[in-house]
Amino acid sequence: MNEKYITRSNAVAARELAGEMIIMSAADSTLFSLNETATLIWQAADGTTPLSEIVALRICSEFEVAPDEAYRDALALVNDLERHGILHVSSRPAGETYLEPAKIA
Amino acid sequence: MSLMSELNQRALQRGIPLSVHLDVTYRCNERCEHCYLDHEGDGEMTTAEIKNILDQLAAGGVFFLTISGGEPLIRRDCFEIIEHARALRFNVKLKTNAVMIREKEARRLRELNVEQVQISVYSHREQLHDGITKRPGSLKRTLAGIRLLRAQGLKVTLANVLMKGNLQDSEGVRRLAAEVGAHYTLDPTITPMMSGDTSVLRLRLPFDQLQSVFQDPNLVGDVAEFCAPPPPVDEDALEGYPCSAGHTACYVSPRGEVYPCVQFPITCGNLREQSFADIWQNSPQFLEVRSIRGKDLTTCSSCNHLGTCTRCPGLAWMEGNMRGPSTADCEKSYVRTGIASAAMLARANSRVASIASGLVQIRPFAA
Repeated sequence: MNEKYITRSNAVAARELAGEMIIMSAADSTLFSLNETATLIWQAADGTTPLSEIVALRICSEFEVAPDEAYRDALALVNDLERHGILHVSSRPAGETYLEPAKIA
Repeated sequence: MSLMSELNQRALQRGIPLSVHLDVTYRCNERCEHCYLDHEGDGEMTTAEIKNILDQLAAGGVFFLTISGGEPLIRRDCFEIIEHARALRFNVKLKTNAVMIREKEARRLRELNVEQVQISVYSHREQLHDGITKRPGSLKRTLAGIRLLRAQGLKVTLANVLMKGNLQDSEGVRRLAAEVGAHYTLDPTITPMMSGDTSVLRLRLPFDQLQSVFQDPNLVGDVAEFCAPPPPVDEDALEGYPCSAGHTACYVSPRGEVYPCVQFPITCGNLREQSFADIWQNSPQFLEVRSIRGKDLTTCSSCNHLGTCTRCPGLAWMEGNMRGPSTADCEKSYVRTGIASAAMLARANSRVASIASGLVQIRPFAA
């Protein structure tokens, strides 16, 4: 499994309201409301904790759900949130710097 | 129900102040003739005080933050304040005249992901706009700022305050907004100064001009719908709240005073003396504002317009009674629908009674 790292976007406004995260994108002013599970994933999206670890520690420990199924659902969710510009999904932890391939030579 | 309505409903049920309007200064580089502020800079909160308040607001659940003034960019620390607000993930709307916005400022606002910038424009003609702001060259500088903001892709709204002297240019401002890719919004509301001085009310649109605004589809959309007679007053109107002021919204002045709204300047507490949570939850003024339902309003509870009126409790309070009618909104309801409000009828009856009572006084003389 290729590990995924998720980072909250700086371009959004967000506030937790009674256990659910309210998010508005500055780019198009679209308002989103994340449910309890999605809120836990958003809150844990620090860019350095692998998604699999977030799912194991924050989701599987809280809800009765099989790890594989929880990971698949979480991956679908974070990809959807990335499409809306709410999260960044990467195969590398945030903060790690790599030379662009074109610059290596 | 839209997500925004649902959000407001949830905030109302839980007593969360979803929106806060924060004026960071009353100082301004313009002197608009209709302005409700005194432009005094004394007693302004420091950067640290404002940051501390922003921390408290975020903890209290505030999501929508309007940063305004005066002219907010006149403060040297304005960007530091916005930066702190964005780090706390507020949805930030900035109200400015854009006179101080150059490329660097526009770029920084984009980098900080400010959601929207609202700018007052009174006319597309320099002579008229500058005449209202009392600053020669102000329209030129404001437009330059707007174009720089738009070049950064920022959402800009041109707010067109309509008064006696500039109504004829509303179409010009609307075209200007379309030309620069900005939203257009109009507001025919002129409010008394916070000090209670009502002299600025002379600038309000008179009846016939307000009627022309309400009959203009370019300004109000569907005229038939906008001007439709009010539906019968129902339980929702009688049990409902007049507006969001004090319920899911409030105002913070540059001196730390907390009001229900910028147009409702009743001091509920001062953030230099109390925490925001304490003021929001326990202030007797907030509790009183929150206790008022449609059925509790003096005169308005029996008015046909109760469910559709734009009645401003702040303007009513400035007229002497937060449960009373707001004359300007009575007039708007009447101009819109042709149906007099209960307060207007009560005043007319009182005048008739006064004349009748005068006749009674001369009766002994006639006898």
